[in-house]
Amino acid sequence: MSSTTSPQETISSPSQYALDNGVTSRLRNDNSQEAEFVKMTDPQVSTIALEKAYRKGQHKVPVLHGVNMSVQAGEFLSIVGQSGSGKSTLLHLMGLLDTPDVGEILFEGQRIDNLSTRTRDTLRNRVFGFIFQFYHLLPEMSVLENVLSPLMIRHGILEYWRRRRELQKQAKDMIAKVGLGHRLRHKPSELSGGEMQRAAIARALVAHPQVLLADEPTGNLDSRTGGEIIDLLNCLNEQQQLTIVMVTHDDLIAQRAHRTVRLDSGLIQPLDDAA
Amino acid sequence: MYKILLCLRYLKTRYIALACIISVTLGVMTMIVVNAVMAGFSSEMRERIHGILADVVVESTSVDGMPNAEQQMKVIEEAVGEHIEGMTATVEIYGMMSFQYAGQYITRPVTLIGIKPEGKAKVGPLVDYLDSYRAIRKDGVVVREPMRSLDEPPGWNLTEAAKQYRARWKAQARWHFEQMNGKPQNHGTPIESPKHPFEEQPVELPDLNTFQPDDSEEATAENKTGQFPLNAPGIPVDNFQPIEEMERKDNAARPEIKEATRTKQDEEFSAEELAGDPSEFSESDLARELEEDPLMQFSQPEPATLEDLDGPLDHRFYVGAGLIQYQYEDPHTGEVKTMQMVKPGDDIAISTVATGRPPEPVHFNGTVVDVFQSGMSEYDANLIFCNLEQLQQARGMIDPQTGQGAITAVQIKLRNYEHAEEVVKRLRAAFPPGLISVRTWEQKQGPLLSAVEIERAILNVLLFLIITVAGFGILAIFYMIVVEKTRDIGILKALGASSRGVMAIFLSYGLALGIVGAGTGLVGGLLFVKYINQIEAGLTWLTGRKVFDETIYYFPEIPTHVEPWTVTWVAVGAMAIAVLASILPARRAAQFRPVEALRFDQ
Repeated sequence: MSSTTSPQETISSPSQYALDNGVTSRLRNDNSQEAEFVKMTDPQVSTIALEKAYRKGQHKVPVLHGVNMSVQAGEFLSIVGQSGSGKSTLLHLMGLLDTPDVGEILFEGQRIDNLSTRTRDTLRNRVFGFIFQFYHLLPEMSVLENVLSPLMIRHGILEYWRRRRELQKQAKDMIAKVGLGHRLRHKPSELSGGEMQRAAIARALVAHPQVLLADEPTGNLDSRTGGEIIDLLNCLNEQQQLTIVMVTHDDLIAQRAHRTVRLDSGLIQPLDDAA
Repeated sequence: MYKILLCLRYLKTRYIALACIISVTLGVMTMIVVNAVMAGFSSEMRERIHGILADVVVESTSVDGMPNAEQQMKVIEEAVGEHIEGMTATVEIYGMMSFQYAGQYITRPVTLIGIKPEGKAKVGPLVDYLDSYRAIRKDGVVVREPMRSLDEPPGWNLTEAAKQYRARWKAQARWHFEQMNGKPQNHGTPIESPKHPFEEQPVELPDLNTFQPDDSEEATAENKTGQFPLNAPGIPVDNFQPIEEMERKDNAARPEIKEATRTKQDEEFSAEELAGDPSEFSESDLARELEEDPLMQFSQPEPATLEDLDGPLDHRFYVGAGLIQYQYEDPHTGEVKTMQMVKPGDDIAISTVATGRPPEPVHFNGTVVDVFQSGMSEYDANLIFCNLEQLQQARGMIDPQTGQGAITAVQIKLRNYEHAEEVVKRLRAAFPPGLISVRTWEQKQGPLLSAVEIERAILNVLLFLIITVAGFGILAIFYMIVVEKTRDIGILKALGASSRGVMAIFLSYGLALGIVGAGTGLVGGLLFVKYINQIEAGLTWLTGRKVFDETIYYFPEIPTHVEPWTVTWVAVGAMAIAVLASILPARRAAQFRPVEALRFDQ
């Protein structure tokens, strides 16, 4: 495929992403720029001059004032900042949960924020995995069903039914990987906070995303459980070369990442390069 | 897949949705039950009307009728012969019926229909409506077996029970008359002799003066009232004019009658009995009248034997039940009973008009052979069937030259009712316009039938509004559920679900509610219809009040008729409303942007 390939076409072949480990993707997209490939400076996800404001009644509350940021493939990036600094908003914008007022979001060099709703839905399902502070599991479903839900959404009824054994096995493997193999049939309300977050991670990873977006994954957990969750994320990052963007207000947690950026009053503040 | 899974999970876990289901269920159930009962009533009613009217009726517009029945029927046969299964000639005329009951004369306007029973039975279910052919039930228990088998063609003969009853009241009347006169009449029949032919009853005879309530199965109305021990039908019309052709030849007994009448003027009533005549009881004013005009009407030739003497008169009737019955509530038990004032074997008097200009009144007596009960009170309280030839004779409708009787109507039964319109068209062309009207039974009863249809349509609209109300309930509850589920909607969207998918969840949720509600309603409604009579009995027991009074409707039980199409439409309509009601909340759910939905509870 050449660089002129439209995102829709790219996404229409799911196996491509399943196989993707970041390197081949860059090869495909930037095969004309060998030099950059060698330098490995081409970001997987980048934002250009992102601005976002929320309306509260009559008032417009600006949150982001032009954020420029990029994440390399396989990188574990943490974004720190105080409450209300806009770090969650930035994460949501990157994950296409929301649209920026101004600016662009690029994924592997292609602009993705202005795509059609349908394509954005598909991107969310296939490219991004989300973890939330409040786990956000569906209370009516068991752990297994929760983990299966991205796969159910991806496949139509018939296809899901045909491949249900394979998909269920995939989900069970993933649940076992996060250490919840004994909790398959439990409802979220029957799990502890750590277990719920593990289930949420399993759900985020079951669809083999390329980028994992974690919004305060440890925010609701005690430090030990939170540490375990971060260990798990680290492990995934190392083993699968998974790109992770984590938002947190906890500097200790943030230090576990490869790189940390600070978001303050809607702008990226340069940190010490040592950090 | 997640749509179905979630929709089922929501169905299982949201108990508030139960309210929606129940309201849909109730609406569907009500519609099914009401429709079934109304369809039952209307089809029962149509059947009854149809039974009496026959498929197509060719009527003369004048009461004098059309001459020569056979020729008219030949015309009909030629016009539409291939469609006709059977037809019968009838004479329909207005008249008055009188009988004596509880010491007074009861006179009712009636429609006299002269029929040949075997012919009438060919065009409609006559036998089904006659009392002697069916068992009498009370509270579901057969209290009297049918007196004739259904194989027996309808005719003008009395049943055995009616014959016995007639013989008994005749004998009682004779005995009473003799007591009044103080001397036995001798017609060559030793009435007081122990060899009386009605030996099962002779001991009762002396009691009649002082009247003891008769607790035998033939306890009559007269006995009940305690005033009038004898069943005394007779010539009830005060200013009765003898009619030439009916007038009996003079006989030796007449002076005795006059004397008897005169001597008994001060009695409460006087009874007169002559061989073969209907017994006549007259109150004192009648007696005076009779004194002034001593001629009596005697429609019977003098019989030779007692058997003939007690035999039925030449005019025979099937009398509509509503004419001779009334309902009353037993003061002790509170149960509703039916009092039959005239029974088969009694005599009644009929007045009507003869043909000719100007129409002259005619009177004749006849014997009630059977009681006719179609269940249509309009007919049961109006119709008297009479033997055709006798009615024609009484009205002077028989042509003296040809001996052919005139008729006023021909009732036709068609092989296939679908051809009715064509038959009517062809018959209208076959007869001279103006004199004859040709109509199907539906056209004859058009206003009534269409009124019932309109009633049903209006009721359906109103009931469907009930389901619509249920739909608004769904709308409100769904809005609630959508708000409650905002976060879940956000999660689903974050996981890549499309707006359409989220909308589909709630639409299929609505559909599922509709299916469950309509399904339960369907089953419940059909069960309700099936056991409606048991339910009615239960309600009656519970409230102590009769919910469905069969004496008002003449139905032994609530008639129901389930029309598959109606049921289908009701169920489909309910589901459609449930889906429609969920559209708005589903759209709202779909419009949430994921981040808004996720931020909802943070």
